[in-house]
Amino acid sequence: MTDTSPLSAGTAAMTGPRGAKPKTRLSRRNIFLYGTLLLISVYYLLPLYVMVVTSLKGMPEIRMGNIFSPPVEVTFQPWVKAWSEACTGINCDGLSRGFGNSVRILIPSVALSITIASINGYALANWRFKGSEVFFTILIIGAFIPYQTMLYPIVILLREIGLMGSVWGLVLVHTVFGMPILTLLFRNYFTSMPEELFKAARVDGAGFWGIYFRIMLPMSLPIFVVAMILQVTGIWNDFLFGVIYTKPATYPMTVQLNNIVNSVQGVKEYNVNMAATLLTSLVPLVIYFVSGKLFVRGIAAGAVKG
Amino acid sequence: MDSAKRPNGLFRNKSAKIASIPMILTALVVFFGGTAWTVFYSFTGSRLLPKVKFVGFDQYERLWSSHRWMISIENLAIYGICSLVLTMVLGFTLAALLDRKIRFENTFRTIILYPFALSFVVTGLAWQWILNPDFGVQAVVRAWGWESFSFDPMNNPDIVIYGILIAGMWQGTGLVMVIMLAGLRGIDEDIWKATRVDGIGLVKTYVQVIVPMMRPVFVTALVIISSGIIKLYDLVVAQTNGGPGISSEVPAKYVIDYMFKAQNLGQGFAASTMMMVSVVIILVPWAYLEFGGKKRD
Repeated sequence: MTDTSPLSAGTAAMTGPRGAKPKTRLSRRNIFLYGTLLLISVYYLLPLYVMVVTSLKGMPEIRMGNIFSPPVEVTFQPWVKAWSEACTGINCDGLSRGFGNSVRILIPSVALSITIASINGYALANWRFKGSEVFFTILIIGAFIPYQTMLYPIVILLREIGLMGSVWGLVLVHTVFGMPILTLLFRNYFTSMPEELFKAARVDGAGFWGIYFRIMLPMSLPIFVVAMILQVTGIWNDFLFGVIYTKPATYPMTVQLNNIVNSVQGVKEYNVNMAATLLTSLVPLVIYFVSGKLFVRGIAAGAVKG
Repeated sequence: MDSAKRPNGLFRNKSAKIASIPMILTALVVFFGGTAWTVFYSFTGSRLLPKVKFVGFDQYERLWSSHRWMISIENLAIYGICSLVLTMVLGFTLAALLDRKIRFENTFRTIILYPFALSFVVTGLAWQWILNPDFGVQAVVRAWGWESFSFDPMNNPDIVIYGILIAGMWQGTGLVMVIMLAGLRGIDEDIWKATRVDGIGLVKTYVQVIVPMMRPVFVTALVIISSGIIKLYDLVVAQTNGGPGISSEVPAKYVIDYMFKAQNLGQGFAASTMMMVSVVIILVPWAYLEFGGKKRD
């Protein structure tokens, strides 16, 4: 290999500019390139692999063996226990409770936050009024201010309207904190749409809502999907708001997971813990692998102008 | 952009204004009002409940003389600087590798980005297990025959923050890589041809030509990473819960513990105000550079 590589590198340099297909698959450059990428991939995949194998082992095997070795005897008992028997405090009905709570938090939060943000974006793009840009600027600055400065005032607000500790209180919080990035996303999307479309509809006598429902909404399906991916993963993965604005009976899955794994009582059951951890990450992982390019587009859209 | 201009002030564009009420309320009441409220009450001696009893800068003096706060700041500084430098360098390097017109680009990107879809709680718990001193990496390396090998961030107060750093990097580098990759894709093919004609080496091209061209992308990545760093909370709670002792405490955790556990609201408000001030210090120069110049044109 070392004998041929200087030669092949030389020919590559000669043929490169002329645009001929480089035939040297095993050049030193390629070995370095793919070798590095493979090594990095191993680093990134290792934790997931360790979680999976640990969750399939029995406790005796975990105590004896090493964390990287595949299970000698595959058992699904830890998964069953994590889902339906693991304890947090006095409740011993497993993560299924947290899963249910998370779903009940997720669906209205996603629906409400996207509805409001898309209307905001539409108003900001097509119906500017005096001061609209000022509010938008405050909104974007707000996205950078640490949540910690707004946590307690929100507790007071939620208590005032009687939603502290309830699922709907948390839904409102997610709507509020999702608003900056989503509004930005929709505003940029609607601004990029041809203005003639909007003007033609105006001439035909369509109003604010008419244009929104009959023209903008049907044309902006892709951005709605991107917003949904962003919100579903974001809200599902939230821990901070869940732990502060809900009570143990309505804790979302992430909070319950943390309580199960980091509880101080009892013997640590690492296999159950890892099964619980994997269960909690199933929803975002499925979304990620199914959505593929759209997920990337979502975070890029959020990132480029965020 | 504007609809037909008719001079009847407040009622023009009525539907748009009504539809924007949620946004206006969020901006004014929660973001602006909430922040102002917290800053205001940070000058009071509030404990269990917010009370208007001014104590001047007492809360801030107590904060800066608190051992736990100093450790939190120190940890955040170590974590922040390391993760900023490492994610930028690694993110760019990975993006550059993926941009070399390789096969399986999508597969590699999918693998490197997937941790970003996971929550910090999951990340923290996974790495807590991998770094477990009795069963994790340390035990495995020792079992391979390197008996004196020692890497136990979960038990060692001196290096615990690096254990969190490893987990944080694993979760977040993919995002930076994707941003950098988007930036690299935006670079004109002619630039590459020109450097090839001039015979400039690959590494030199990247360092001297491509990186300066991608300045806006780097700035964006910088802002995103730093605003994420300051919010660091879930990861620490899940992975170490601030331990061993208080050796992996961070400011965001200080705030929440004082507000919701220690029932010392004033301290929490003062600490959160300090967090906000530090964000403003980072944000203002950036906003000035990004938007200040354009307005004058």
